[in-house]
Amino acid sequence: MTEHAKTILMVDDDEDFLFQQKVQLEAIGFRVVTASSKAEALRVIAGSRPDLVIVDLMMEEMDAGFTVCHTIKAKDESIPVIMCTGVVGETGLEFDAVTDEEQAWVKADVLLSKPVRFEQLKREIDRLLAS
Amino acid sequence: MDTLRVLVCDDETGMRIGVERALRHFSVRVPDVNGEVHFTVEQAESAERALELIDASPPEILLLDLKLPGMSGIDLLERIGPRHLETLVIMISAYASIDAAVRATKQGAYDFLAKPFTPTELKDTLKEAAEHLILARQAKKLALEKRRVRFEFISVVAHELKAPINAIDGYLKIMATHAAGDDPAVYARMTERCMTRIAGMRKMIEDLLDLTRIESGQKSRELVEVDVCEVARTALDTALPSAQVRGITLELHAAAPIPMTADRGELEIIFNNLISNAVKYNRDNGRVDVKVEAGAGRVRIVVKDTGIGIRQEDVAKLFNDFVRLKNEETRNVLGSGLGLSIVKKLAVMYGGEVSVTSELGAGSTFTVTLNCEAPV
Repeated sequence: MTEHAKTILMVDDDEDFLFQQKVQLEAIGFRVVTASSKAEALRVIAGSRPDLVIVDLMMEEMDAGFTVCHTIKAKDESIPVIMCTGVVGETGLEFDAVTDEEQAWVKADVLLSKPVRFEQLKREIDRLLAS
Repeated sequence: MDTLRVLVCDDETGMRIGVERALRHFSVRVPDVNGEVHFTVEQAESAERALELIDASPPEILLLDLKLPGMSGIDLLERIGPRHLETLVIMISAYASIDAAVRATKQGAYDFLAKPFTPTELKDTLKEAAEHLILARQAKKLALEKRRVRFEFISVVAHELKAPINAIDGYLKIMATHAAGDDPAVYARMTERCMTRIAGMRKMIEDLLDLTRIESGQKSRELVEVDVCEVARTALDTALPSAQVRGITLELHAAAPIPMTADRGELEIIFNNLISNAVKYNRDNGRVDVKVEAGAGRVRIVVKDTGIGIRQEDVAKLFNDFVRLKNEETRNVLGSGLGLSIVKKLAVMYGGEVSVTSELGAGSTFTVTLNCEAPV
């Protein structure tokens, strides 16, 4: 339990996605704080330091997720960020976070395309928290 | 401005030059199209040469002599047959026998011009051909645009239906693998969310059916005398349970029965959409006031709420298909994004209109006016 007793901030405007990931992460021992808008996320970040952040790119604004990423990394570069998005396939907007250059721009450590499978999310969380 | 390329294929040099001269400064004004149509003329002295030019770049109009040395005009038509779909062929001949005319027409010739012809006769023939070409082009463009709109619509529908399926799928997987721990309350909540998403999906499908019926004009309409107030009352009763849960008061302001000639189902759609919106986007313990008035051959329906209001910049797009205003207040409100677009289409069918005034944080007022007379 001690290994998993870390706090994850999850930001998404999809109530169902948020709820589904939250209950599954809690079931394996994480503490999960959720925020369903950019403003809410920024409030949480201002008042606490999560161990990892999972953020959706497209919320009220097309690029709300980018702002959240930048704010987190400006606060503490070492907080890992996973960005989940359906945007790559849907809008033809193409970007990734594989090379250093891409990561410097997107400010996320990992990009996952929606629909995200929980096993996939868990694997990335374990990998990022281990390193 | 449009320019049509004319290829004249005739072994008589005088004929080719004559056509060129006649068309050099000639232009046609085509009704329904802005601007004039001009012509450029290319010449071919034989069918073989014409074939080369057509292969390189097919002209819009081909003036073709029947009798040519070597390959004949009919032979040429047969050769280019499948390729001249875009080219309008006008046969020019001194002694066009009925037989030749029939053969040429079978090969797709559009018109005949008997030699000798005056420049005026040539121009009249080309004017008609140009109109035909331009209008055919317009029709094609319109068909393409319609296709594009249809595909765009389908892709949005697919996306909107995929979202609830993804959500429900996610819940079912968690339930099946018991991945959310042992608290039964969590699973109860998941079941509830699944049902909510299914209800949303059903509403979307119903709205889509309403929309396609209205748009295709196939909805079987039954125009009878209807009391608008009575329809309003029924719609308010339908909305009552969801309003009561949130302490919202619904009130109808209407004096006497207000008769109009309408399809009752269509009036119900208008009221149900406006009233359910007024409830959905209201604050807890708010109010919805529905007013029905008649005067000067028109019925006015006013639905006023005390809800979150609409930003001025969002008002313009509100009545388009699939528009859902996304902000913190509307995040958890489910909707198809079709309701108001349906209301607008119906209002137009009744020779009326729909408008909205709104104050952010204070509420919105939707007004629909309809003609009392039977819609055509």
